[in-house]
Amino acid sequence: MDFGILLYVLSLLTVGGIYAIFALGLNVQWGFAGLFNVGIVGFAAVGAYTYALLTTAGSTYHLGGFGFPLPFGMLVAMITAAIVAGLIGLICIRLRSDYLAIATIGIAEIIKLIFKNETEITNGPRGINKIPRFWEHFSEERFYSSWPLSWFGTPEAWDAFFNSLPNWWWQPFFASTVLLIMYVIYRMLERARIAPWGRMMTAIRENEPAARASGKNVTARRIEAFVIGAAIMGLAGALFAQHLRLIEPTNTFDPAKVTFLVWVMLILGGSGNNRGAMLGAFLIWTIWSASELIITGAIDLLIDIFDGVDMGSLRTRAGFLRMMLIGLLLQVILQKFPRGILPEVRPASPKGIK
Amino acid sequence: MWNSFGFEFINFYFIPGLVLGCIYALGAIGITLTFSILRFANFAHGETMMTGAYLTWTVMAICSGVLGFAVHPLVAAVPATLLVVLLFLVTDRYFYKPFRQADTIKVVMASFGMMLIIRSAVQVIWGPNQLTFVPGIAKPNAYLKDWSGSIDFLLLIPNKHLFIFVGTIAFMMALSYLLNKTRIGKAMRAVSDSPDLAHVTGINVDQVIRATWIVGGACAMAAGVFLAMDIQMLETTMGFRMLLPMFAAAILGGIGKPYGAVLGGLVIGLAEELSAYPWIGDGPLLSPGYKTGVAFAIMVVMLIVRPQGLFKGRSF
Repeated sequence: MDFGILLYVLSLLTVGGIYAIFALGLNVQWGFAGLFNVGIVGFAAVGAYTYALLTTAGSTYHLGGFGFPLPFGMLVAMITAAIVAGLIGLICIRLRSDYLAIATIGIAEIIKLIFKNETEITNGPRGINKIPRFWEHFSEERFYSSWPLSWFGTPEAWDAFFNSLPNWWWQPFFASTVLLIMYVIYRMLERARIAPWGRMMTAIRENEPAARASGKNVTARRIEAFVIGAAIMGLAGALFAQHLRLIEPTNTFDPAKVTFLVWVMLILGGSGNNRGAMLGAFLIWTIWSASELIITGAIDLLIDIFDGVDMGSLRTRAGFLRMMLIGLLLQVILQKFPRGILPEVRPASPKGIK
Repeated sequence: MWNSFGFEFINFYFIPGLVLGCIYALGAIGITLTFSILRFANFAHGETMMTGAYLTWTVMAICSGVLGFAVHPLVAAVPATLLVVLLFLVTDRYFYKPFRQADTIKVVMASFGMMLIIRSAVQVIWGPNQLTFVPGIAKPNAYLKDWSGSIDFLLLIPNKHLFIFVGTIAFMMALSYLLNKTRIGKAMRAVSDSPDLAHVTGINVDQVIRATWIVGGACAMAAGVFLAMDIQMLETTMGFRMLLPMFAAAILGGIGKPYGAVLGGLVIGLAEELSAYPWIGDGPLLSPGYKTGVAFAIMVVMLIVRPQGLFKGRSF
């Protein structure tokens, strides 16, 4: 029993960490630069599909897979998401916040539409499966029979070794990898926030005419923030694909479960605050998955009590009830605690500290 | 002239495009009014449309199940409209009004949240599966078919499409009367042009905002029911699917211009349907899977080239 709890906590940390990376990416766009991006799911899908096509073993169902090393796939996922964001930024960044919101939500839908319709490349609605997951992928034959593992032992020896391990051996490693990536991004963003770049971002967000008057290139800086945020989201998308191992365009990349949850996480944690973004992500993800257990338990109880009454439909609807409650939570936070749990702290200018 | 080309074009591309355009037009009226009077893009508009269609279905089900007689969707839509308008007013009171003095983006965020709340609520109450709105295959109107057949100009228009055309025209006329002849309509236009000036001249802005929700709600309701009549079923995603084309229509026509929204809606609806017509070669010009992309492309081009829209609306 205790062991099951350990695995549950590990999976909470893994998915929470992935969402934290999403929230950090959104924090660059919204928290730093004030760009209202509601197309997170689009960048996540770009990252996930790039990673999946590059790293899966060759398949007749979709383009590739090219079987590239996993870190390379993740890097290219970031770059692709950044390029897509750059193109969007060039067109849409001048728009007022409402229009940017409409444009980004539209782009996310178009990206999903492309992944759904270009069946030659993405296998359409049936999706891509067997996406290699970090650490776990070593126990696949194509990885342990090639470098770097082949330097240390014969395939037979590796096969025997992996067979002797319990089937969850990779879970702690994968969770720590996700958390490590999250930590590295956090440190980099924290550095960026305190640096002149971050302070300039705040200036642009708070008072655009003043920033423009003091000679800042507002449009270029905004595109920068948009691209950096999108690259982080692309990386998170690649990790998301690893966690799921099967991605398809409609249900995997449901705007409610990606875009919306990430927004609630950032707003709850505190927009503009990197620690807040991570705290919000873990908090909301814990509430989200715990509420699943509670609601399922409650439904089981109801089924036990009203024996014979058909309660099957309740089960399928429980997930929507959770979504509704999270939506209400967002409204409460927006109205009562608009600054979030950890409010933004403005860095003082180095010259200002005596 | 009326060869197989014209027959196919008119009946299978042009008329469906016009029907879709009418639905977008009615939805876009609400969006353009809230955008110009309350100054925010209401993301929950599509979901309200969808809720309206579900409520209509419920009224119809109650009528045929409990009272024992079937009613036409348009009749059932009347009591459902009241509920939808109520939903709009309650949403405004509790979720949008607190932000009236705050940044616009807060309200947009709140409406984005409302979109999810309303959709989930519908999914909890009615379940996530598709429901049949009107069963059976819609036959073309027999009278119109015979009449147009006799003059060698065969038109195959089902009754549901005729209802949609007539309904949209009726709504347009009522709206035009409201905006041009009544006191509240003139006040709405004044607030849309300049809220501060309108306030100074003694216009009750709160009343205008209520009127906006009522008018927008009634139009959204009509759009939702027409859409359900057209596709003959109900899905919880149908509101979200309509959202982007409706925004595109509102922006194309110019924010704050109801007639612009109607024109924009018709243009977007026609463009979406006609993009699948085999203009070049045999296959469709654009795969039907990309229909939504057409609306979006028009919107983006418009935002870059002429953000104030065709009718010189407000550009923020």
